[in-house]
Amino acid sequence: MAMSLLRTSAARRAMMSTRSSPAVFARGKATLPDLDYDFGALEPYISGQIMELHYTKHHQTYVNSYNTAIEKFESTSDVRAKVELQSLINFHGGGHLNHSLFWKNLAPRKAGGGELLDSKSPLTKAIQGKYGSYDQLIGAINTQLAAIQGSGWTWLVKDSNSGDLEIINKANQDPVTGPYIPLVGIDAWEHAYYLQYKNVKADYFKAIWNVVNWKEAEKRFLA
Amino acid sequence: MTSAADAYSLPPLPYAYDALEPVISAQIMTLHHQKHHQTYVTNLNAALAAHRTASATNDVPAIISLQQKIKFNGGGHINHSLFWRNLAPPGQAETDLVTAAPELKDAIVSRWGSVDAFLEKFKLALLGIQGSGWGWLVMKDAVDSTNNGKRLEIVSTKDQDPPFIDGQVPLFGVDMWEHAYYLQYLNNKAGYVNEIWKVINWKVAGERYVGGIEKEITFKL
Ligand SMILES: [Fe+2]
Ligand SMILES: [Fe+2]
Repeated sequence: MAMSLLRTSAARRAMMSTRSSPAVFARGKATLPDLDYDFGALEPYISGQIMELHYTKHHQTYVNSYNTAIEKFESTSDVRAKVELQSLINFHGGGHLNHSLFWKNLAPRKAGGGELLDSKSPLTKAIQGKYGSYDQLIGAINTQLAAIQGSGWTWLVKDSNSGDLEIINKANQDPVTGPYIPLVGIDAWEHAYYLQYKNVKADYFKAIWNVVNWKEAEKRFLA
Repeated sequence: MTSAADAYSLPPLPYAYDALEPVISAQIMTLHHQKHHQTYVTNLNAALAAHRTASATNDVPAIISLQQKIKFNGGGHINHSLFWRNLAPPGQAETDLVTAAPELKDAIVSRWGSVDAFLEKFKLALLGIQGSGWGWLVMKDAVDSTNNGKRLEIVSTKDQDPPFIDGQVPLFGVDMWEHAYYLQYLNNKAGYVNEIWKVINWKVAGERYVGGIEKEITFKL
């Protein structure tokens, strides 16, 4: 399952042109962004099978359904029809944004996954200031993840007004919106872990920190 | 600490774990019943015990903060209890709408035009659920006296919200949480939604249509 099979020059070009958000929209259409690692590269923490289905099926479906909804939205002049499309546009557009951020939030161990930033890093200082330590931050996020009733995400965010870190939960595919800037998002939908962890979601929440890309989080923190 | 008398318990499945194969695998049924449903029961009992303690000390903030836990886990217990009983092994007489529930079948045809039209509507409703939730066929009080004052509706509920809003009687439910199908159908949600009809227990749905759920199932301790 080499990633090169999925790489298209169009997707790559679109990726290069969207610096602020990793979600890819080429010529007004959402497209699946490139993955920076192979499906199996996050093992044993996230299985290759989960990654492949999650990326090629689930994320792709959000992309396709978003494009279909947008096409419908643009091809009708009936405001009622447009209003009725909001829920689909939000859900699938949110699914596209969230997963695009999520893939970048993760990295194989050999590419720095799980590696904490040093004590001079501004993000480290902010984490220590607010939560005491990375371990305490991770514990707090895992508590929020466990509290999700149904499908959703937990995010470490920066409040762009105060600059403070916060942990927030979002239901289903509701995206993080202002004033919050998403730093690290953890997908707590069952499809994100079920094939490997079954009902023991707490083990998934513990394991995923081994492949979290803190450099990416800091990039977003400083942006 | 709860004793047997003041705690809910996991109801046994009315069939074997592998009885719904090939539509729903034994592995899914086992995890779904022994782990997922059991967790709702365990957490419901814990929340109710905490509620008793909070009540005894008139701790109103604690009581309020427990309500969502009780709703979620109580709903999970109710929904799964209804669900297991509205399923039956494929090929059994209970899974044939025409012979197992003639009265309900007529009501479906008069409401949606045909059984097939109903199935298409129901499948669309299931596939339209965003996130975790359930699809239900429910009976409501009709505003007029057609169909003995009963009206069928397809509704969906989110997460573990129970299907009793506005006096609705649930006839059958379909669990659309990913844990209900993922180990077997993976991302092919439509495959699960197409196959589930082979294991709907129309006899139970028909009995609920005629007599409600009280005679069949109780959620009282
Ligand atoms: Fe996901
Ligand atoms: Fe379930």
